[in-house]
Amino acid sequence: MLRLENINKTFNAGTIDECKIFDDFSLNIEKGEFVSVIGSNGSGKTTMLNIICGSMMIDSGNIVFDGKNITKLSEYKRAKYMGRVFQSPGMGTCPNLTILENMSLADNKNKPFGLARGVNKKRVDYYRSLVEECGIGLENRMNVPVGSLSGGQRQALALVIANMANIDFLVLDEHTAALDPKSSQLVMQLTDKFVKKSNITTRMVTHNLRFAVEYGSRLIMMHEGKCIVDIKGDEKKNCNVDDLLRKFNEISIEKGN
Amino acid sequence: METINIIKIILEEGAKYAILAMGVYLTYSILDFPDLSVDGTMPLGAIVSAVLIEQGFHPILSIIAAMIAGGIAGCITGLLHVKLKIRPLLCGILVFTALLSINLIIAKAGTGGQSIVSVFGEETIFTGRIASLIPESVGGVTIRKLIILFIIMIIVKILIDLYLKTKNGMLLQATGANEQFVIMLAKDPGKMKILGLSIGNALAALSGAIIAQANETANTTMGTGMVVFGLSSVIIGLTLFRKVNFMRATTMVILGTMIYKACLQIAVSLGLPSDYNKLLMVILFIIALVLSGKIGRKGGNDNAQA
Repeated sequence: MLRLENINKTFNAGTIDECKIFDDFSLNIEKGEFVSVIGSNGSGKTTMLNIICGSMMIDSGNIVFDGKNITKLSEYKRAKYMGRVFQSPGMGTCPNLTILENMSLADNKNKPFGLARGVNKKRVDYYRSLVEECGIGLENRMNVPVGSLSGGQRQALALVIANMANIDFLVLDEHTAALDPKSSQLVMQLTDKFVKKSNITTRMVTHNLRFAVEYGSRLIMMHEGKCIVDIKGDEKKNCNVDDLLRKFNEISIEKGN
Repeated sequence: METINIIKIILEEGAKYAILAMGVYLTYSILDFPDLSVDGTMPLGAIVSAVLIEQGFHPILSIIAAMIAGGIAGCITGLLHVKLKIRPLLCGILVFTALLSINLIIAKAGTGGQSIVSVFGEETIFTGRIASLIPESVGGVTIRKLIILFIIMIIVKILIDLYLKTKNGMLLQATGANEQFVIMLAKDPGKMKILGLSIGNALAALSGAIIAQANETANTTMGTGMVVFGLSSVIIGLTLFRKVNFMRATTMVILGTMIYKACLQIAVSLGLPSDYNKLLMVILFIIALVLSGKIGRKGGNDNAQA
C-alpha cells in the first residue's frame, strides 16, 4: 500500500546544526494495517509522517503509494488519497464556518468547487447522522461556527471530516495529545470505530503508550531514524505498556541521559 | 437644504467607495491578506474606464475592461506571493509601484500626453439612455446619480453574498482561515489566494471606474490612501456591528464606509481644509483599530468550554 524506499533526509544540511534524521530508511505499510508509531522526541516519527503527507520533501529515495510513485507530488495532490488529523484541534476544521459548512466542504473533496450552492440541503440529514455517531451532541449544533466548539469536539469533528471523502490512507498526527484525558479517550475510541468500519489503512503517531498497545494491528517504536521495535499479530497482542517502557528506558540509558 | 446636501454627498461617496471597501473585505478579512495593491488598482480602473469612454467606447464596456485590468493586477499580486514566495505586504507594494507607471502610460496614451483624463460631457452610466429612466430630481434634490450608485453597490453586495455561499466561496473562506484544511481537501490554497486577490482588485477597479464616471475625471494620484480608507471602513463596519447577528458582513462594510465618509464630510463642513484630509484618514484608521481591539477583547473568549 505505502512503501518508503531508501529515504534520506537531513535538516540544516551544510551548517553546524546539520542533523541527519533518516539514513537509507525503508518501511512498508500493508493495506488495511493500523500502525501505531511511538518514539521519543526527535526520533523521526513526525518527520516520517510529514514525508508521507508531502508537507516535507525528501533528499533522496522513493515514496510509492498504491503502486504510484508520489515522491515529487505536492501535499495537496497527495491529499486526494489521504486524510489527516492534526495534533492541534484547530487544524482539521475551518473555525469561521459552521459544522454544516465544514462537512459540506469535506463532502465535496475530490469534486470540483464551482459556483453551485455550498450546502446541499438534501445531505444535511446524512451529515447529522455522521456526527451523531460521535455521541457528543454535535448533531444539535450543526449551524454553530466550529471555532466555538471545545478542543475535543473539534477533534472528533476533524476525525469525521477526514473520513468523509473516500480516502485510502488515514494519517493521525498525535491527534489526542492536546486533549484532556476524557476527550482523548473519546477521540481514540472514535478513531478505532471509524478505522474498523471502513478498514482503512492508518498510521497513527502517539505519545500515549497505552493507546499504542491497545489499538491498531502493528506497533513501531522509532529511535534516531530507525524502527527499533516493529511488531504485529500475536506478538503485538501480547505486548504490554511495561515492555515498551522498559525498551524506552534502554534507549535513554544507551544515550546516557 | 444644506443638511440634505451633506447627507446626499455622504451617501454618494459612501456608495462609490463601498465597492472598494467590499473588495478590501474579501482580501483582508476573508483571505487574511493585507493587500496594498488597491492603491494602484483603483486609479487603474478609473483611468482605463475614462480613456475608453474618451475613445468612444460604451461606458458599461469600459467598466468591464476596468474590472479585467484590476483583476489581472490582483492576479499578479497573488502570483508574486504564491509562486515567488514574496511576503504579502511587499507584493502589494511592488504591484502598486509598478501601477504608478502603468497608470501614467495608459493615461498619456489615451489623452496624448496628460496624466488627467477628463470625460466631461461624454456619455457615462449616469447620463446614458438607461440612466434617463430614473427621475433626475425629486423636490429640487438631484437624485439620479445617487440611485444609480446605490443600485450598483447593492448588486455588488448581493453577488458577493451569493458567491460566499457557493462551494468556491466557502473554499475561499477556508483558505483565509485555515490553509491546511484546504490542502486536506486536495485543493491548492495558492490558486484560491490568486483568485481572491483578483476578485478584490477587480472590485477596487470597478469602484475606480464608477468614481471616474461620477466625477467625470480620472487621474493617476486618486488612489493615494485607498488601502487605509478601505481597511478603516472594513474595521469600523465589522467592529461596530459585530453583535448584530442577522447582518451580513458586506452590509457591515457598507455601513462602515458610510460612517467613515460621514466623519470626513463633517470635518470638511466644519471648515477643515482639504489639506488635512489624509491626516484625518489616518487618525480615523488608528481610532478604528484601537476600538476594534478593545471591543474584541471585551467580546472575550470565543471558545466554549468542553
